Amino acid sequence: MGSTGAVHATHVPHVVAVVTPYTIPVGIMDVLQVTLLVLVAAGATAVVLIREPVRQVIVLSGYGVLLAALFMAFQAPDVTLSELTVGAVALPMLLLLALAKVKRREK
Amino acid sequence: MTPGQRRWIFLAAMAGLAAFYVWGLAGLPGFGNYPGPYGDIINRIAVAQTKATGVVSAVNFEYRGFDTVGEEFILFVAATAMAVVLRHLRHEREEDSPGATEDWAVPPASDSVRLVALIFTGPVVVMGWFLASHAQTSPSGGFQGGVILATAFFLVYLSGEYLLFRRISPVDVTEAFEAVGAGGFAAIGVAAVVMGLPYLKNFLPLGTTPGAVSSSGTIALISFFVGVEVAAAFILIVGELVEQTLLVRQGDH
Repeated sequence: MGSTGAVHATHVPHVVAVVTPYTIPVGIMDVLQVTLLVLVAAGATAVVLIREPVRQVIVLSGYGVLLAALFMAFQAPDVTLSELTVGAVALPMLLLLALAKVKRREK
Repeated sequence: MTPGQRRWIFLAAMAGLAAFYVWGLAGLPGFGNYPGPYGDIINRIAVAQTKATGVVSAVNFEYRGFDTVGEEFILFVAATAMAVVLRHLRHEREEDSPGATEDWAVPPASDSVRLVALIFTGPVVVMGWFLASHAQTSPSGGFQGGVILATAFFLVYLSGEYLLFRRISPVDVTEAFEAVGAGGFAAIGVAAVVMGLPYLKNFLPLGTTPGAVSSSGTIALISFFVGVEVAAAFILIVGELVEQTLLVRQGDH
């Protein structure tokens, strides 16, 4: 997302390649992205299949972390932060509190 | 309706959905191919135009600031509605479960939980403020910063200090902060109108160095207000839920 890339991109709008000492080779990046896509699919399935609510919420939180890692691998750090805060922390927390409330009423 | 009929309706609906889904997938641009002009235009002009190197924030708080105001008020309204609904419940008595108090005496937090909460509270506050105040320079923003800031308050609660949690975030004060945050964002937009500019037009000096913390004019300011609003909204929502969940009501109000 750097400004250097944007300047070069004026001629070739679809290719923005900036090589830095920290640039991860394309091959490794591809492997990382595919791995994370598979893990996210598995995580989503796990969330659906687990029927016990509290356990489901914990897995949902882990799924949020996976999704955040996926967004990071696809070069979206802003969305990564949002997913981490909301998907991995805020949503599971609200669900846990709601579950605690419901359980208390059941007793 | 028999289960058999129901199954046929389900299968027909599934087939229709699958057909539309595959049709839609076939029409998607190839992986990594971005066809639209807007992203490329933004990439080209955003840094020079706004002096913000956090281009996502520039888009959120400047180019599509009007949409973000709407999103901001979704959270505001949700938190307010929650407070109204649950506050009504607080006055209800739970006469159906007279022994509930003893059953639900909350065990005190363990030493390890208290220690972790104690260690993390300070750094979490710093991190939250860092994110909320650096939207213009790097990937961050008021929203993420606000949620993390609220987490610091929940850590205080986690350490077993419910009363302290309430003392550092009284409902009235939290509500006031939430209102100031949401109102501040809207007010920045109105201030531009007062000056004869379009709503939410960036009217502050942009600075000269892209990526400097003091650069980007209203983008940084809006991010700050969003951070305050989001942190207050989350504290309010979770505070109300916690109060509903735990027995802190002493006697019958």
